[in-house]
Amino acid sequence: MGGTGAEKPVLIRWEEREGVKTPVRIDGRLPEQLRPIRIEVGVLGNADGSALVEYGATRVLAAVYGPREAVPRHVALPDRAIIRCRYHMAPFSTEERKTPAPTRREVELSKVIREALESVVLTEMYPRTSIDVYMEVLQSDGGTRTAAITAASLALADAGIAMRDLVAGVAVGKVDGILVLDINEVEDNYAEADMPVAMAPSLDKVLLLQLNGVLSHDEFIKALELARKGILEIYKLQKEALRKKYVEVETSVTG
Amino acid sequence: MAKIYVSPRTIVVPGDLIAEGDDVEVESLFIEKRGKKFYATITGLVSVEQAEEKYRINIIPLEGAYIPRPGDIVIGLVEDIGLTHWEIDISSPYKGILTVQEALDKPFNPVTDSLKRYLDVGDYVVAKVIAFDRARDPLLTIKGKGLGRVTEGSIIEIKPSRVPRVIGKKGSMVNMLMKETGCEILVGQNGRILVKCPSKDIEEVLILSIKKIEAEAHTTGLTERVREFIRKEREKRGV
Amino acid sequence: MPKLKRHTMETLLARGVRLDGRRLDEVRRIEIVPGYVEKAEGSALVRLGHTVVLAGVKTDIVAPFPDTPNDGVLVVHAEFVPLASPTFEPGPPDENAIELARVIDRSLREIRAVALDKLVLEPGKHVWRVFVDIYVLNHDGNLFDASMLASMAALMVTRLPKPVKTDNGYRVDRTKYTMLLPINHRVVSVTLAKISGKLIVDPTYEEEQVADTRLVIAVSDDGRIAGMQKTGMGSLSYNEVLNAVSIALNKAKTYLSVLEETVTPYRAKLEEELAKISEEGQEEQPPLIPKREHLETETIEQGEVVEEAAEGESEKVE
Repeated sequence: MGGTGAEKPVLIRWEEREGVKTPVRIDGRLPEQLRPIRIEVGVLGNADGSALVEYGATRVLAAVYGPREAVPRHVALPDRAIIRCRYHMAPFSTEERKTPAPTRREVELSKVIREALESVVLTEMYPRTSIDVYMEVLQSDGGTRTAAITAASLALADAGIAMRDLVAGVAVGKVDGILVLDINEVEDNYAEADMPVAMAPSLDKVLLLQLNGVLSHDEFIKALELARKGILEIYKLQKEALRKKYVEVETSVTG
Repeated sequence: MAKIYVSPRTIVVPGDLIAEGDDVEVESLFIEKRGKKFYATITGLVSVEQAEEKYRINIIPLEGAYIPRPGDIVIGLVEDIGLTHWEIDISSPYKGILTVQEALDKPFNPVTDSLKRYLDVGDYVVAKVIAFDRARDPLLTIKGKGLGRVTEGSIIEIKPSRVPRVIGKKGSMVNMLMKETGCEILVGQNGRILVKCPSKDIEEVLILSIKKIEAEAHTTGLTERVREFIRKEREKRGV
Repeated sequence: MPKLKRHTMETLLARGVRLDGRRLDEVRRIEIVPGYVEKAEGSALVRLGHTVVLAGVKTDIVAPFPDTPNDGVLVVHAEFVPLASPTFEPGPPDENAIELARVIDRSLREIRAVALDKLVLEPGKHVWRVFVDIYVLNHDGNLFDASMLASMAALMVTRLPKPVKTDNGYRVDRTKYTMLLPINHRVVSVTLAKISGKLIVDPTYEEEQVADTRLVIAVSDDGRIAGMQKTGMGSLSYNEVLNAVSIALNKAKTYLSVLEETVTPYRAKLEEELAKISEEGQEEQPPLIPKREHLETETIEQGEVVEEAAEGESEKVE
């Protein structure tokens, strides 16, 4: 954040739209606009469940294996499943090649994502097993952990694992003083604040919340509200994508 | 008094609100009650039955691992042999345990005898789940009518979540399959199906039909379509 | 935790009281000992109830990161050493230690608590690198707040050694000190735990074991939110989050005033001594060893510090 080496691009320009001065972002979006989101469920053959999620140019693939026998045996819990998460970025996903070895950032993100999913997965239905969630960032353009958790939740649903709700995530940023939804990488590099949030919307529960940057109390309240709005939109798209798999078959056979 | 938010036989996903109210009965493990509201916790087909003022809601999962229940008939694959028990793969996160007492009618002496003689690694068995409490692996038995080592026929594997559709309401689907093909069919709850057909051609037709049911499990009019399919395929092959 | 104890805890909470008699929003007794490790450039020992954390600051001179040629480098690292808790295993930092270090790093970095731009010797070529190493010595809950306090206090009393120009760069002369680390903001963190629907401040280890989840909120001396991390399983409702943040912004004053009372005067004393030395133009100065006002009666046994295999370049925290 706050790179002083390269020349800072124009992140917000003010344009007249319908007679009103409106802030327009570097990619042409309005502050409260999500990037184009593409979701596909059931994309991998071997995994029990999988999903591919794109937030603009950010592309994350999630796969779930489980519930399956917990190995090694001693990690298993007697009364519920353990969830293991691995958030990982492919070496070619970032501008500069990223080392394939797990970094401290990946360790932290794997932890917070796992903790978020543990809140919704009904692990008591699968004692002594493990549910393994793998997320690979194939292309990174900001908001990777939020796209990853959105994909992971879909992969779990695709695997038929019981959960109280789907989980959707989005990152809100503060760029040139303006709060913006679903920041991309350029915005993230220069943002005054970057706040990833994930929620289980039907439960109104916040499962993942981090703030990197500085916000006033008032800005935080507005940012959280903006995140919730974005999350609700993404949640709708998640449900559509899950149903799509079956609807397509239905229409093709019954006409 | 109750309000139903879904149409029957539609797909629900985790977090979907199904119903609300007092006269709602829940038949499924995959429906969560929050106050007076009922939510789906899995991707599946929802069913709503109304009897006078009361509603009964259920979800049939479309995906998910096989979790054994006592009384289930399963088709297992012997994976490992201990001194007095076999370890059986039942297509589940949990391994089935078959003790020698639940396999043989006569007493067994591990010193003079070996379990290998009766069931070896790689053998298929038709077994019944006799116990499964969450603390231990499921216990099986092969003592009983129709149970025991599989000696002939072919095994087909499908997703365990599709088993109810292959069986059908009161066996309607599987009975139709047997009638239309002349094959003997035993459907294990764990997604393994044992078939014995009069010829390899018919077996092929049956396998294709079962795979078709698996793929279209959530659609309507399936029984009729499959019946049509079998007749067409039999004609194609001249059997 | 035995069911009965948990039940007692929840019953008391319903009446607004905790097992140790504190109110829901009450913080434990805080003690800060600045300069605890005399040989380090900066250090501070913090006791928060029975939790004990020691932070040490070491400095050296390195090339800056390519995208920030006009800034010094700040690195934060945490070790949960085995002597601190039966639950800590020997070995490289686990996910909890990594998370803690990164949260504290972000909370210091984004608000520019340390004026990194004033740590440049030659732009693009040589800058100061400041290592903050957090050592948890006894874990009785709320490692975040204790570690944040220890780190901030240690940085506030950090003296930079004298940089000496060599043929291919600089070396550091720790027998002489030139200036105190320039500080823009003081930052503290307030951790709230949710138990039985109630939000409590500064949880003990036992409270953390039964808590649904925790929220760590970093607050600056000018009342802004400088960082946030929801940590642990479980969740908070939307309104609980808003509520927690309000409580945190208020409670931060408690931590900030401890820094003000204990550490600020210490820093002022150091400034005085440095000013005196530069006035008198002494060539050789004895290392500044500020007297510790009181000795602890408990001796803290330093365990063996295991050399961790180098992780490679210090990562830029994103």
